[in-house]
Amino acid sequence: MTDHISGEDGELYSSRKKIYPKTVTGFFRTMKWRIMAVTLAVYYLTPWIRWYRGEGQPDQAVLIDLANRRFYFFFIEIWPQEFYFVAGLLVMAGIGLFLVTSVIGRAWCGYFCPQTVWTDLFLHVERFMEGDRNAQIRLDAQPWTAAKLRKRAGKHVIWLIIALLTGGAWVFYFADAPTLLGRLLRFDAPFVAYASIAVLTATTYVLGGLMREQVCIYMCPWPRIQGAMLDQNSLTVTYNDWRGEPRGKHRKAAATPLGDCVDCNACVAVCPTGVDIREGQQIGCITCGLCIDACDSVMGKLDLAKGLISYSTLTDYEASKAGAPQQSVMSAILKPRTAIYAAIWGGIGLAMIAALVVRDRLDAGFEHARNPPFVRLANGSIRNSFALKIANMRLEPRVFQVSLSDLPDGMLTQSNAPTPPGRSIRVQVPANKTHESQIFVTLPKESVRNAGDFTFEVIDIFGTDTVTYDATFFKPE
Amino acid sequence: MADEEKRIDAETGTETTGHSWDGIEELNTPLPRWWLWTFYACIVFAIGYAIWYPAWPGATSGAVGGTLRQGVAADIAEHAKGQAVWRDRINAAPLEEIVKDDQLLTFANSAGKAAFGVNCSQCHGSGAQGFAGYPNLNDDAWLWGGSLDEIYHTIRHGVRNEDSDDARYSEMPAFGDILAKAEITDVANHVMSLGALEHDAGAAARGAEVYADNCSACHGETGAGDPEQGAPRLNDAIWLFGGDADHITAQIKQPAHGVMPAWGLRLDDDTVKALAVYVHGLGGGD
Repeated sequence: MTDHISGEDGELYSSRKKIYPKTVTGFFRTMKWRIMAVTLAVYYLTPWIRWYRGEGQPDQAVLIDLANRRFYFFFIEIWPQEFYFVAGLLVMAGIGLFLVTSVIGRAWCGYFCPQTVWTDLFLHVERFMEGDRNAQIRLDAQPWTAAKLRKRAGKHVIWLIIALLTGGAWVFYFADAPTLLGRLLRFDAPFVAYASIAVLTATTYVLGGLMREQVCIYMCPWPRIQGAMLDQNSLTVTYNDWRGEPRGKHRKAAATPLGDCVDCNACVAVCPTGVDIREGQQIGCITCGLCIDACDSVMGKLDLAKGLISYSTLTDYEASKAGAPQQSVMSAILKPRTAIYAAIWGGIGLAMIAALVVRDRLDAGFEHARNPPFVRLANGSIRNSFALKIANMRLEPRVFQVSLSDLPDGMLTQSNAPTPPGRSIRVQVPANKTHESQIFVTLPKESVRNAGDFTFEVIDIFGTDTVTYDATFFKPE
Repeated sequence: MADEEKRIDAETGTETTGHSWDGIEELNTPLPRWWLWTFYACIVFAIGYAIWYPAWPGATSGAVGGTLRQGVAADIAEHAKGQAVWRDRINAAPLEEIVKDDQLLTFANSAGKAAFGVNCSQCHGSGAQGFAGYPNLNDDAWLWGGSLDEIYHTIRHGVRNEDSDDARYSEMPAFGDILAKAEITDVANHVMSLGALEHDAGAAARGAEVYADNCSACHGETGAGDPEQGAPRLNDAIWLFGGDADHITAQIKQPAHGVMPAWGLRLDDDTVKALAVYVHGLGGGD
């Protein structure tokens, strides 16, 4: 447990200790900048990618069209009844997190989590407005002046602008982005768009600007799950205490030989969650590696070997401590757990790709009317009524033929359509739409006795899609 | 629970709260203070919520200035406004055009089905399956004609009511006062023979003459019926009041007559049109 999550003087509630993470440069910081640039670009720009799908169809590459119940992802279109694809993606996302954790530890927390990315961005704004760690501490301590007010106000205004853009970008995933932007600026967009932006602006500002590490430590379940997922072969940010201890500032004056840690506190000063990595692996550590950067630069100045704090597994830590060679990186990665996660993850992925390739773009249903189950007509024949639904899931209009099999004397007719009774009917369905109509199956009096189970067949008359549907002919007892 | 001295737990290095249950002590791992504030904020929110909404039925009416019921009414009014463009188009289009236009047909069917559930299902059944004396609207037997226009007329003006001058009207005499008992039995058998029901052939033959003299003017010589006068077809498989000797005899002696309100006086014309399209589309329309 670190200091800021234990009570002071036996109190049952602990106050937050403000953290002033110091600027740092190095390998991991550079990586974080690059990942931040990519993830933010993906988030803000994706809704603006265009993807032509044909006349009258949405041309946004990624679009969650809730009003029309369609989800578009580049060349893939998903209807609500195909939601299992989304469920599969979510399962893959979950297993993917396990897989990544198994290979490179809490990389999600340190580099990709939106909470981390936006907090990092907000910290950068804070340093830009108020200066680095020491300047911020001084500013906090000094009384309110015009300069302090200007810096503080500037910081919050920039935060709110970023938050507004973040919330604003979110709604573009749910409607045609250029159209919605125009409507937002003319103030005639739907209320739900403004409400979503307001909520997300507020959460971005509060979580990224004000709450920061409190989210990771108290609100997020993932650190707890991660804690259960780490083992002796997981990569974690490790303080090599066998090399660093006993720590001390005054090496030359010390009576006994000291370790390499000069107790400069640089690792603590740069930590965005305010932990002291020298206390070991802990829930607050998001493994962003910034303390490694900080320590390495100090070691460099002192002409000591880098890696006093390093990405390391517990096995390697023990091996190094004993002076034994470290295991290879591959052997840390290639373990049964990784293989199992990878197999499950890849298996679901392949199954989904296969399902995507072979999936029908035609769906047909025949709901049997049950009230009344059958109708006796004037000439004594018996008629059953079915609510026909044909979903044309392709982006072009198609003509389908609905026909009867196994019911030799049955005749098909359609509600409010003048076509004469026949063995089949044709239905034209517009692109990307569902056709609904009432159809009737009529059997002459003398054939009713032997009627029972039969099958509807729906075929695309210019294509290959075929659907069959089993039904039963209801008749008087 | 016993209160004990707070102390540092040796295993974890964490202070205890001093609470002890049968020797089991509680470690003090404190919540962040802001979490406590969210708890207070929830209480404040709950108070505001109880004031804003009518939280205590009958006691407070809420600051929101209305009930959920009024909200629903407002929503319905809002949707009705959205339907206006469709209702106007239904009003403007002849019935034959409505069934040819996919969009209008879809709207008319939905509107008709809803209106049927509210206004018609009490007598005709929710599936329009009918009951004895209340016609089944799914079949192809029509007392007053089964074309779109005839169905529209019947719904609009009703049957045997005093409200509309154009109501469908016909009345079959009570033949119990006119014919002898034996004649009634004979003619009933003849009617059953027309409908291909089980009957006494001798009686039916005797009844043929009675039928020709008394019934054929309206029901036709072969029992084909006449929608112009609302005379039911007798040579089919459909019997409104029951297809057996007792019911047919009773209907000859003292006929029961169905009545329907003039819906044109109660509903908007577009609703009546939608009802006509819906009923016609149930499958039996001519």
